[in-house]
Amino acid sequence: MHDSKKEKSDQTFSLDSAIDRRSFIKLGAFLTGGIMLSGTFAACVKELERTVGVVESEHNGVKIIRAGCPAHNCGGRCVLKLHVKEGEVIRIETDDRPGDTLADPQLRACIRGRAYRRRQYHQDRLKYPLKRVGKRGEGKFERISWDEALDTMASQLKRVKAQYGNSAILLPYGTGSYNQVNGRQTAARLLNLFGGSLGYYNSYSWACISKATPYVYGTNVTGNQRQDWVNSKYILMWGWNPSEMRDGTNSEYFLKLARERGARVVCIDPRMTMSAVALADEWIPIRPGTDVAMMSAMAHVIITEDLHDKGFIERCCSGFDRTQMPEGCENEESYKDYILGTFDNQPKTPEWAEAVTGIPKKTIIRIAREFGQTKPAMLYQGYGMQRRAYGEQPVLAGCVLAAITGNVGIPGGWASGIALQADDGGPFWNVFPTGRNPVKARIPVFLWTEAITRGKEMGKEDGVVNAEKLDNNIKLIWTVASNTLINQHADVNRTAKILKDESLVEFIAVQDQFMTPSARFADLVLPVCTQLEVWGLQDGWKYGDEVILNPQVTNPPDETKSDYQICSELAAKLGLEKAYTQNRSEKDWIVWALGVYRRTRFPEVPRLNKFRDKNKGVYSTPVKNPAIALEDFRKYPQQHPLNTPTGKIELFSKPLFDMNKPAEIPAVPKYIQEWESPFGKESEKYPLQALGHHYMPRVHSTHDGIDWLDEAFPQRAFMNPLDAEKRGIQNGDEVLIYNDRGKIIMPCRLTPKMMPGVMDIPQGAWWTPDEDGIDRRGNINVLTSHKWTPLAFGNAQHTIMVQVKKANA
Amino acid sequence: MAKQKAFYFDSSRCSGCKTCQIACKDKHNLHNAIKWRTVYEVCGGHWIQNDQTWTSNIGAYYVSMSCNHCQDPICMKSCPNKAIYKTEEGVVLIDESRCMGCQYCEWACPYGALTLDQEKGVMTKCTLCYDYLEEGKLPACVAACPMRVLEVGDLDELERKYGKHDNIFPLPPVHHTQPSLIITKHPSAQKSKNWKIINQEEVKNASH
Repeated sequence: MHDSKKEKSDQTFSLDSAIDRRSFIKLGAFLTGGIMLSGTFAACVKELERTVGVVESEHNGVKIIRAGCPAHNCGGRCVLKLHVKEGEVIRIETDDRPGDTLADPQLRACIRGRAYRRRQYHQDRLKYPLKRVGKRGEGKFERISWDEALDTMASQLKRVKAQYGNSAILLPYGTGSYNQVNGRQTAARLLNLFGGSLGYYNSYSWACISKATPYVYGTNVTGNQRQDWVNSKYILMWGWNPSEMRDGTNSEYFLKLARERGARVVCIDPRMTMSAVALADEWIPIRPGTDVAMMSAMAHVIITEDLHDKGFIERCCSGFDRTQMPEGCENEESYKDYILGTFDNQPKTPEWAEAVTGIPKKTIIRIAREFGQTKPAMLYQGYGMQRRAYGEQPVLAGCVLAAITGNVGIPGGWASGIALQADDGGPFWNVFPTGRNPVKARIPVFLWTEAITRGKEMGKEDGVVNAEKLDNNIKLIWTVASNTLINQHADVNRTAKILKDESLVEFIAVQDQFMTPSARFADLVLPVCTQLEVWGLQDGWKYGDEVILNPQVTNPPDETKSDYQICSELAAKLGLEKAYTQNRSEKDWIVWALGVYRRTRFPEVPRLNKFRDKNKGVYSTPVKNPAIALEDFRKYPQQHPLNTPTGKIELFSKPLFDMNKPAEIPAVPKYIQEWESPFGKESEKYPLQALGHHYMPRVHSTHDGIDWLDEAFPQRAFMNPLDAEKRGIQNGDEVLIYNDRGKIIMPCRLTPKMMPGVMDIPQGAWWTPDEDGIDRRGNINVLTSHKWTPLAFGNAQHTIMVQVKKANA
Repeated sequence: MAKQKAFYFDSSRCSGCKTCQIACKDKHNLHNAIKWRTVYEVCGGHWIQNDQTWTSNIGAYYVSMSCNHCQDPICMKSCPNKAIYKTEEGVVLIDESRCMGCQYCEWACPYGALTLDQEKGVMTKCTLCYDYLEEGKLPACVAACPMRVLEVGDLDELERKYGKHDNIFPLPPVHHTQPSLIITKHPSAQKSKNWKIINQEEVKNASH
């Protein structure tokens, strides 16, 4: 959940370091001979022709400008058609390019983009720099000049650098703006020139899935181009809700087309999601955190009924059974051993899984047979189940199921895992050059509050890389385009307590468009313009084969400035202006960025002026022959070995085995009971599991409180009527939701779409504590836990138990 | 038969994302409480617990709906000042210069399609984006749909393509007003269940 996407780290296999060198690799590939063309063996996709009329009308002084929908961190990258009169956006339409084919579909924006005027012209937008006058976190500020603001910022940076060193500075994870000269990368460039800041790896979105996938495949590029989905005959949407989170613009549309061509779609999820309703033939509710039990039981059926692809396993896999164990592990527990219970005397039968998952054994058997027998089939893993305790395990188990059924490297199949787009890894997101961070030490991103309270004690056991121990605690935080400082990080009350202590972090600056819960904790607030008020350039999110231009549509209002402008002026105060700007304006950087795309993914992309004058908003390369991930490996495993120790798909991982922590990091994927679970003692006090799903009206915490969106999808605690009835709760009641970490009072909505025993408080609502510290808006992070996962050091924010009762009852 | 424009809606593929609703609000500058298009979230069925498992026969679907530009518009009949009329294309419109804002039409319409604009003191409703149609463009809601489940066209043509409109919960029986709307039902809507609107507060300007 929680703020974010990514840092697509670990693109190549790297067990010890998780350095994000994705862009480096891709740009490097071009320089050393060019990117390979899409697979010639890819399935040919028949075009779907749809014609939509486009008629331009430009009159009454209204200009039509097509531009990228402001890139926050949803899974989509879409086109808006803005009607602009005297500098004001008066209407927003969407992509209207004729054709709308499977190969090159329109990039239609969702409600978040279509309601953007309500955000753009919101009365609460920050207008001026502010300095704190009350206690930290109290929210009392006073207007100051830019000169004073930047002087303060510069002097604090210099002071902390002199007193502690650059490693005491943190530029937190932030994905609120994700568009070249807008966003945290602008500040990263400046800090790197200034001597660096404490590094981090991983993300709040994909910590486990980006870490775990390469243990099986040696790469994170495990996804076919999406146009290939129409070749699939069976699609398991496992905890995957593309209709709502938009996992790539048009992903839900491609699934619709896949179904129209005969694919059967089954959704496994604790919630009957929007995607389950619109895209699935069947919904199977599963108890949260038990996915690996279901996957293991499916494997049990597949293996014992001889439905596995023995030829493929023999040629392409390692560790399936005792005949193919890596050297030195010949007598260890293979994947098959685990499934059959050879070592632990617990065969992972459907009967066993039934009690764990809540899914009847008959259903498990049926789904296993369907998945095992229908070819080709996809098991698409959503990201929610890896933001849990032991979130590495469902990633590994899903990959293994895809492998033993031979669905890897073929059209209509799906290798599972993180599934970056074949064959080049897909979009870059940002190419704005941040330079190298002179501070080498990196922490797992989720552990930044630990680095405040005990940084100097943190070492390898806390996931620190490139240093034995950190040499500092964090003393200065500069937050840009991020609400992770308080709202999106786990255990809000704990974080607030840490941040309030001015002896720990001595200075906090927040750079944003609104007075977010994070900005309320700032000593200095810097007002930023929106992405409609400055140039930008986007190239898709996880998937995508297009470049989308954001021409500046209107001017920054009041005293707001772009992130880049703020950093440029701060650079001048630090004597780094020339090095920072290289004499480039924002627009010049977009020309530069376009040049990067021209040299890499899009050789034919027009130059900026031509791009703008064409006014399509987007340059796309139609995908007629979708690339298939791992296709070469499947065909010629000897010639194209994977980047794993055995060169094969590793169902048993020796690197994991060698970590020697089998209870938490087993060498084959295992079901492990979570640390907060309906099966644990904690359930006596807190019997309900709580999820925080990505909600339609928001991108994480961005867009919260926008009136049209709130009206369409109000913030509610969703629960099953059976759970409500036991507690005397009626639809619409204000309910108190609580555990040892915090309390929320908010309205509930009763819906049979929630599995009994499970609550849903959509993540991203702005923390709004009342005088008793009870959150009144419904920020689930008041309840989430700061405990991290064992292998990825990732956030496990979905693993929480709570109790609920009628408020004031 | 006179010309009659109509909406087609594929409920079997609608995700309930409400982009149609927001696109409509943006195009027509509808302030917060007014929605010309709303999306019903319908759900029915039961949960059964057996030992440690949960099974259900829960079904769910969405119905996106605006004014249906009925062939027999009851709003028009109910207006004491003849402020509501039908265009040659069959679009039902309000003549604001004649509307007194008495809300009789709102009470009469079984779809909750009309809403009083408190500031202007007149009734408002979907215009089928007739201005866009004249320009050769699609209505805002239709052009917006990320799932491509909304269409606009001539009623007889849409009927030929998709069949006649059938009754579907929570809409009133077709014979009341002859709506110019065709819906492909979600498979789960084929079965009879204890159907209920789950998101009543999100569609509260509808009069049920």
